[in-house]
Amino acid sequence: MMIPGVDGFMYPNEVELQWSILIVLYPYITGLVAGAFILASLERVFKVEAVRPTYRLALLTALAFLLVAPLPLQLHLGHPERSFEMYLTPHTSSAMAMFGFVYLWYLTVVLLLEIWLDYRADIVHMSKTTTGVTRLVYKVLTLGSDNVSEAARRVDDKVGYVITVIGIPSAFMLHGYVGFIFGSVKANPWWSTPLMPVVFLFSAMVSGIAAVLVLYMAAMKVKRLPIDMRCVDTIAKYLFYTFVIDFTLEMLDLIHRTYEADESFRSLDFMVHTRLWASHVLLQIGAGTVVPLLLLAATQLRRFAPGARKAIYSITSCLILVGIFAMRWNVVIGGQLFSKSFLGYTSYKMGLVTREGLLPAVALMLLPFAIFFVLIKLLPPWQHSEANAAD
Amino acid sequence: MEMNRRDLFRIGGKLLVLASAGATLEQIMGSEPAPEAYKMADHWWGMIVDIDKCIGCGSCVRACSNENQVPNGYFRTWVERYEVPEGYVNPIVTSPEGAINGFPLPKPTNFKAFFVPKLCNHCADSPCTQVCPVGATFVSPDGVVLVDKEYCLGCRYCVQACPYGCRYLHPETETVDKCTLCYHRITKGLTTACCENCPTQARQLVDFKNPKDPVHEFLRTHKVSVLKPQMATEAKVYYNNLDGAVR
Amino acid sequence: MRSTFRDAAHLLRPAALLLIGLAVFLVVRAAVIPKGFGKYGHYRAPFLETARSKPIHYAGQDACVACHDEEAKMRAAGKHAKVACEACHGPQAQHADDPTSLKPKLPDVATLCARCHEKDPAKPRTFPQVVTAEHNAGAACNDCHKPHNPHLD
Ligand code: HEC
Ligand code: HEC
Ligand code: HEC
Ligand code: HEC
Repeated sequence: MMIPGVDGFMYPNEVELQWSILIVLYPYITGLVAGAFILASLERVFKVEAVRPTYRLALLTALAFLLVAPLPLQLHLGHPERSFEMYLTPHTSSAMAMFGFVYLWYLTVVLLLEIWLDYRADIVHMSKTTTGVTRLVYKVLTLGSDNVSEAARRVDDKVGYVITVIGIPSAFMLHGYVGFIFGSVKANPWWSTPLMPVVFLFSAMVSGIAAVLVLYMAAMKVKRLPIDMRCVDTIAKYLFYTFVIDFTLEMLDLIHRTYEADESFRSLDFMVHTRLWASHVLLQIGAGTVVPLLLLAATQLRRFAPGARKAIYSITSCLILVGIFAMRWNVVIGGQLFSKSFLGYTSYKMGLVTREGLLPAVALMLLPFAIFFVLIKLLPPWQHSEANAAD
Repeated sequence: MEMNRRDLFRIGGKLLVLASAGATLEQIMGSEPAPEAYKMADHWWGMIVDIDKCIGCGSCVRACSNENQVPNGYFRTWVERYEVPEGYVNPIVTSPEGAINGFPLPKPTNFKAFFVPKLCNHCADSPCTQVCPVGATFVSPDGVVLVDKEYCLGCRYCVQACPYGCRYLHPETETVDKCTLCYHRITKGLTTACCENCPTQARQLVDFKNPKDPVHEFLRTHKVSVLKPQMATEAKVYYNNLDGAVR
Repeated sequence: MRSTFRDAAHLLRPAALLLIGLAVFLVVRAAVIPKGFGKYGHYRAPFLETARSKPIHYAGQDACVACHDEEAKMRAAGKHAKVACEACHGPQAQHADDPTSLKPKLPDVATLCARCHEKDPAKPRTFPQVVTAEHNAGAACNDCHKPHNPHLD
């Protein structure tokens, strides 16, 4: 009569979780994309010159993660071979049906185009200086045009600007809508809040900025190049601001829930104090939010030595990346641990090498880094930044 | 007809998404009437469940399981046993294996106790069909919520969207499965397997579009409710004498 | 003017790529969209036919009554009048279609009767119920009660 892992009463079909760790990865990865892109657009649209060294790096990070973003979804489907139906007969009332279109729009019209325009001079140059297969690849990438005259580059720059301007709302849409997928499920009180898209958006920006920050510092270390302190300081400042907003929103959600204390409150409160205690309170709020916020605040209030700042930035960024992952986990998995009858709790049994298990999840999380590696080999972001640092 | 929020959303979405992609040929040609005798337009199916009559024997669960080959451990219908202690916040609810073998070991208590059979509410404004990305689950013209198992992706968004826990992923087909209100029976003039086998007529299939259906008299003379009315799903399974503790 | 065009001409290439992609998508979509999709709503109309054509497993008591006169009469005379034959006998559509093909196994009385009649405070108070462990002291229910008309006097 007792079902293992279940306390209290679950509707019988609720015992098994429907959305696994793969669905945790999906908002995490798209969040990194959106965040990295918004950081890149800081330089372009808001003219924050200091973050220029990370501009290309941020774009490539966004692309690497964006290419992987649909894979966890695909792997999670019962019938991946049918996923093209989303394009054939998209259901206009379904938030999920929009994914395919938002994704394609963002990939082709925004990200690829912006990267292409920015790298065109380099691509044309490489297509003339390299040999063999590499040369062929670059030739293809030029799309058959080698006009990189001063005037042409000016046109590129203008168009690139417009695309970035379009790109910002697109990035907001890409991730805000992921939040909407959860926030619009009225059956689930843990998800159903209009704040969800906004919280997702800001946490996305936080995670994306943190990711670019560590990637930049790590890349510089590997390349034995000096870290541009003005750049990382500026990024850290923006990281701090967005994080404060994100934290405020999350606390607003928490306080609102606690104060309103609707029919679901007791059940959710109990869940947070038991099954979600480690991942929600300790990891997400404690280690993933309060600690990095305090560290960042300290760097804003006091001037530490560059070495200390670098250390603090790396630690906070890593904590943030873990914390935001915990946040996605708590939303996706947490939202399925309690019964919609508010009378019981189930537990998530993660497989190891099953299709939706830990191993594929880890592999999917490593894949963007592999892609990133190939991308920076193909389209090195450095010359640009070095040239920039020189002047 | 007045325009509700969802209509607005639908129209907005339609304009937005691929108005350009164009209508399919069928949409343009219009539909020719179906040749068979059963006319979908003449029916609007639902059910009434009389809590006062349910004896918790699980005949409905077994019947459903046999009729529809419901996989083990999943349920298109199930029966819950409620005990509502006075002054307690939460009722004590059990449903051992969905009550497929009834309730073998009842604990005698002095609490108010009763059984609640559950099944898909075949909502007219169903949140599950709303979220399906491809149109694999839908409300049929005669008011039955179905899943097209040859079209379902298995994304399970609908499972999340159902407030009543009525959907599951079929472990073999890997598509979502749920109560069909025995669509293969009711369209042939039979009642559902669960209603056929209910020994006390605690559950009765009803057709709201049939003026002679006893449901009209029943709804006129009984105080009924639907599950989770705050979800505003226009559920079509009405419960007689539903206790406020039921969720 | 000319030169502006020349210097922007390379932009036509990605634009053309995008347009070709879009055109291919629209053509493919029109070609492979399922038959009957959208006839009644946003779904494949032919699936309704598929859903209707599933096999039936419970024939319904009207079918049983047509052949099993004796049991039917007995049942109609007692309190089990409204209890469907197949609620006790299980799904018998195949048997009803061709009685010789499948002879139904008779139900196991011990579990059968208790499922409905075991005492439980959650049952409606008017429903006849017994604590089976005390009621018959181990004898089979159908030693005394006839399943099709359980009334004793
Ligand atoms: C077409 C006529 C027909 C219909 C309809 C029919 N039966 Fe029968 N049934 C028979 C016959 C003939 C036998 C005897 C078969 C045998 O002895 O091999 C039988 C045997 C049985 C037996 C087994 C008797 C035994 O002694 O073991 C049961 C139980 C039974 N039927 C139940 C049902 C139920 C329940 C239904 C309704 C779904 C039903 N039948 C419908 C003709 C019918
Ligand atoms: C309350 C449960 C119940 C219902 C309702 C019921 N039966 Fe039975 N039936 C039994 C049981 C139990 C037996 C086995 C009796 C035995 O083993 O002595 C039986 C035996 C039979 C047999 C075998 C012949 C016999 O009398 O032993 C037939 C035929 C039969 N039932 C047909 C029907 C038909 C037709 C109906 C519907 C009109 C029906 N039954 C309804 C419980 C039921
Ligand atoms: C599917 C459920 C079901 C099963 C199985 C079932 N019964 Fe019943 N039984 C009923 C119902 C319903 C009534 C009528 C109750 C009422 O009139 O309120 C009833 C009534 C009775 C009564 C009361 C008769 C009277 O005249 O007061 C007896 C005795 C009885 N059943 C015995 C049995 C026995 C013995 C069995 C096993 C062979 C059995 N039942 C199996 C549902 C069932
Ligand atoms: C030894 C014979 C005998 C056996 C065996 C037996 N009963 Fe009875 N049962 C009776 C008698 C006599 C009555 C009527 C007297 C009464 O109301 O107490 C009765 C009454 C009932 C009633 C009606 C109670 C009421 O409140 O109206 C039910 C239900 C019932 N029996 C079920 C069963 C079930 C289930 C079994 C098998 C577990 C069973 N009986 C076995 C003799 C028997």
